[in-house]
Amino acid sequence: MQNESRKQWLSSLATADENYLISLWDNLNMKIEYNWLREPEIGSVMVQGKVGATGDNFNVGEVTITRCSLNLDKKIQGHGYVQGRNKYKSKIAALCDALMQTEKKEIIKRNIIDKLIKYKNNKRNEILSKTEATKVDFFTLVRGEDK
Amino acid sequence: MYVSVKGGEKAINNAHSWLSEIRRGDVNIAELNIKQISEQLTLSVDRVMSEGSLYDKDLSALAIKQSRGDLIEAIFLMRAYRTTLPRIGSSKPIETSKMLCLRRISATFKDIPGKQKLGPTFDYTHRLLDFKLLADGEYEKAKIEKYDDKEIPHVLSFLNKEGLIQKEIPSDKTSKDITRNPINFPLTRSERLQSLSRGDEGFLLGLAYSTQRGYARNHAFVGELRTGYVEVQFEIPELGIEINIADVMFTECESVNQFKGSKKIPAQFTRGYGLVFGQLERKAISMALVDRSMRWKEFGEEYLGVAAQDEEFVISHCDNIQATGFLEHIKLPHYVDFQAELDLVRKIREEYKKNE
Repeated sequence: MQNESRKQWLSSLATADENYLISLWDNLNMKIEYNWLREPEIGSVMVQGKVGATGDNFNVGEVTITRCSLNLDKKIQGHGYVQGRNKYKSKIAALCDALMQTEKKEIIKRNIIDKLIKYKNNKRNEILSKTEATKVDFFTLVRGEDK
Repeated sequence: MYVSVKGGEKAINNAHSWLSEIRRGDVNIAELNIKQISEQLTLSVDRVMSEGSLYDKDLSALAIKQSRGDLIEAIFLMRAYRTTLPRIGSSKPIETSKMLCLRRISATFKDIPGKQKLGPTFDYTHRLLDFKLLADGEYEKAKIEKYDDKEIPHVLSFLNKEGLIQKEIPSDKTSKDITRNPINFPLTRSERLQSLSRGDEGFLLGLAYSTQRGYARNHAFVGELRTGYVEVQFEIPELGIEINIADVMFTECESVNQFKGSKKIPAQFTRGYGLVFGQLERKAISMALVDRSMRWKEFGEEYLGVAAQDEEFVISHCDNIQATGFLEHIKLPHYVDFQAELDLVRKIREEYKKNE
């Protein structure tokens, strides 16, 4: 499903470590021609929580987001919605989103998207394994009167 | 007659120059950079994001540096910046049951699916100053262990299954945003929670403590406390595709409080809820306790006339930026107001003398 994979790569780009994404992109050294549909702008998204984790929605607070949109030619558009305030990160995300819809897809997938996924998985594994090491093992002491 | 007074421009400029110099401190000592603050003063950074109501670590660190470590001043800077941002939209409600937990504990059940995991905590430390930190850059490395990557269910969902606790009925109801609409009492619980989540930690701690000491009867247990990363989902307007637009750290506290029953419903526990940005568990627990104490009407409890039950009192005073703005404005020139009072006192005294 096209939408599912696009959702996956847009998510990876949005939450990527900005320095890592920038270094991956700069290393590719691609010269891409594009036109702005919307130049990078910094804004916010209101994060909603749920009362008691499952009830009504409520507003918790905002998170900074940068977005931009561009097109490669008249047909292919790329959207760069990313966490944080880095306009260059947003532009890279939009370019990658656009290129993922072209014959350059494999290059971007292999050199950027897959690496971002791996990076995030490694971070996740690191947290999970450290958290696991702080798991409490309870043991019960035998009390005198039980003898 | 109103007399406007001008002046002080040079004094103000020079005061700000000195502020800049004193912020830098001794120039023979290396200057702090933003990354050092965001990496090593993480809990200050979290507090500024939480009460500043804007999740952005670099900005928070910058605010802390600029404010010389005065966190309320830093929160003020964050709030001011926040108001300049165009709002792109609202996220889908987060699913805290899918949190990537660094810490997850329950004070009510020992054996829980997903187990008790302490995470990086100050609990069980001896609270003795560690002079090693004064001397060298040494630190202990975190230990690692093999894990099962399974979703960690909420502890209260087990009580829920037995009907032993008041249910939070699943709902899609959205809430009015208190940063965009004037506050009109009485508030919905959602509006109260938004306000508490950005409220002052110290104020909420004091109120929560007052409920524990008996000012509002609701003895609380920490049913569950968890800290970790949650994926924020947002629908891209141009595409209609929902993406994971941000990873945000939250602390969530669910309190279990004394029961309530009626002729129709058998006795069951009640709950309070706390959810804040960052690893701020004192704040999350305080929020849950104060949330619960303000729910007295909903449960048909007695109003005892105490602060923690009074939503108008709590919500109107928990915002430290409103509070400090009003408090600190009285140090700014009030010469004309004061002159009027001075004249009045003189007149009263003269009349008093005449009548003597």
